[in-house]
Amino acid sequence: MDPLAFFATSRLVIVAGKGGVGKTTVTAALAVAAAKSGLRVLMVEVEGKSGLAHLFGRPSLGYDETSVLEGAGASGSGEVLARAITPAAALLEYLVDHGMRRISNRLVRGGALDVVATAAPGIEDILVLGKVKQLERGGAVDLILLDAPAAGHAITFLESARGLLDAVTVGPINTQARDVMEMLTDEERCSVVLVTLPEETPVNELVDTAYSLEDRVGVKLGPVIVNGLYPPRTGMDVDPVVAAEVAGVVLMQGEAEALRGAAEFRAARVALQDDQVARLSQRLPLPQLHLPFLFTTDLSTNDVHALGDAALDAIAGLGPVPT
Amino acid sequence: MTLESVVAESSIVLCCGTGGVGKTTTAAAVALHGARLGRRCVVVTIDPAKRLADALGVEGLTNSPSQIDGDWPGELWALMLDTKTTFDELVARNAADTGQAQRIYGNRFYRNISDRLSGTQEYMAMEKLYELHEQSRFDLVVVDTPPTRNALDFLDAPRRLTRFLDHRLYRLLMTPGRAYVKAVNVAAQAFLRTVSRVVGGDVIEDAIAFFQAFEGMEVGFRQRAERVLELLSSPETAFVLVASPRGDTVGEATYFADRLAEGGISVAALIVNRMHPRFGSGLAEATRERARTLAGTDLGELFANLADFELVAASEEDHLKGLTARVDPAPVVRVPFLESDVHDLEGLDAIAAHLFR
Repeated sequence: MDPLAFFATSRLVIVAGKGGVGKTTVTAALAVAAAKSGLRVLMVEVEGKSGLAHLFGRPSLGYDETSVLEGAGASGSGEVLARAITPAAALLEYLVDHGMRRISNRLVRGGALDVVATAAPGIEDILVLGKVKQLERGGAVDLILLDAPAAGHAITFLESARGLLDAVTVGPINTQARDVMEMLTDEERCSVVLVTLPEETPVNELVDTAYSLEDRVGVKLGPVIVNGLYPPRTGMDVDPVVAAEVAGVVLMQGEAEALRGAAEFRAARVALQDDQVARLSQRLPLPQLHLPFLFTTDLSTNDVHALGDAALDAIAGLGPVPT
Repeated sequence: MTLESVVAESSIVLCCGTGGVGKTTTAAAVALHGARLGRRCVVVTIDPAKRLADALGVEGLTNSPSQIDGDWPGELWALMLDTKTTFDELVARNAADTGQAQRIYGNRFYRNISDRLSGTQEYMAMEKLYELHEQSRFDLVVVDTPPTRNALDFLDAPRRLTRFLDHRLYRLLMTPGRAYVKAVNVAAQAFLRTVSRVVGGDVIEDAIAFFQAFEGMEVGFRQRAERVLELLSSPETAFVLVASPRGDTVGEATYFADRLAEGGISVAALIVNRMHPRFGSGLAEATRERARTLAGTDLGELFANLADFELVAASEEDHLKGLTARVDPAPVVRVPFLESDVHDLEGLDAIAAHLFR
């Protein structure tokens, strides 16, 4: 599939998954892949973690957007922007924009938002999603990638609009919730990509999350991203002693055992991963994008580029969009 | 101090760490080992994977412990925390009469708090822990803490509701008098109007009804919250950090250790799950060079593969260096990648074998 067609599926892509599966890394990789295709991409983080910023060599992100990567695509096109959206900042901006500057400070300061959020749960989520919706409508970027909260919370996060429509029947929050619902259920505007590791529990939880999101939120699911697959290596089944003879090399003491141990470990893990990938395709009829495990120390910006390239390769291998 | 002695001597073990590091399974393995040591143990799980829940017999979500039979000298019990029921029980315990409890249960604002107020799950986990500890039915209570984004929410949790009760809005609403419009001053009315404008009047009505129904119960809540905090900081409680060797999770675990230290609490043990095994000399660069000179042969591939794992193992140790120094003299236990996820007691025993070797 052509990457531009892939990234044109919906302007907002929400990246979700259980903790520890590499959601943030995948968000960064997709952003780089889109920028390499010449697009202007905005990454949004909502949990106050600094993972996304670190991957681009920044200490943290602020409410205002900053450019973290420029000229990634052909002839200098393509850009990755990033920002953090917190409920309080989103509310403040909303009130100011809607002529309620005077009450905004009173509401946001002194923890009143906490009380209000308890009175109407989901209000914080809707404030964040409302801001994302505004950005999506604004059209200043080609693609928005939202690094969603971890799995269990991702469902409540995306369900917040529906829940609030019942609790808050009038006023600006009601309007926001309505607009957010409209965006989430419009597959031209929004889709969710779920991330998993090729391991048993994460695969099970991804399948559950996928069905919950479809049933309870009505959001469109994009391809599933399987992260952390060991890249293939040939010759793992060759006996090191035989391989050494063939190569005309004499192994030092202990080397054969070390080589054999590492080769067997890789083969065993690859077999386990293959099983889980197969199980996932069986249980969830969605296309899969595979991203490699990187044998490195810490993920650097270079690694994010490598993963971006891997994502582009994986996208190229996808079939055309089903009509 | 070893992990073994932590399990043998503490009366509470709190397993803390971020999501995806195997905390739930570790907590269950710790409780199982306690039972093997002859202690009466209960493990409080938050959200176990389905097959582990089946193995522990907590699928029914009863919120009270169920016993797991086995050939150990002690006892092993497990329960899955039901936040809502635990909160209801707490209300019942503090209510003046059943009428007051019923009024609170029926309130929409209360249902929101007991269900969704961030930190409620942590608070109720601590409440359950306290309750189980008080009963004296168990020698050891093992708690799998929620994988909260703010790692120490659970320590703060019992205070959270009481802080909420201290909030200005609450005090305004609780000013004696029937209708809030009459009772509160002009500024307060303006504030309430503001909130109404944003979220609608119903929400405010619900909140007022809740605070009125809650009247008289705060003292009980506050006192209990203080006792829970006291128990958490007493020497009979052990905090066990669970991590994986990835750079980001080690960072979270280090932050966690720092926050505990701020509270005057030290880490009793560090468990690192999902370690890559070590092969060979560990000199990844030399091995990589060797692979390069042999490129194109099977032996070259084998050396390249070895270099991959040597690099990963070295970087994992590198990530852990600061953290192990940080928690010193706490024991550090490394658990390798396991072949499959844990589905039964046999699997838990396999983990325990790594934890307590």
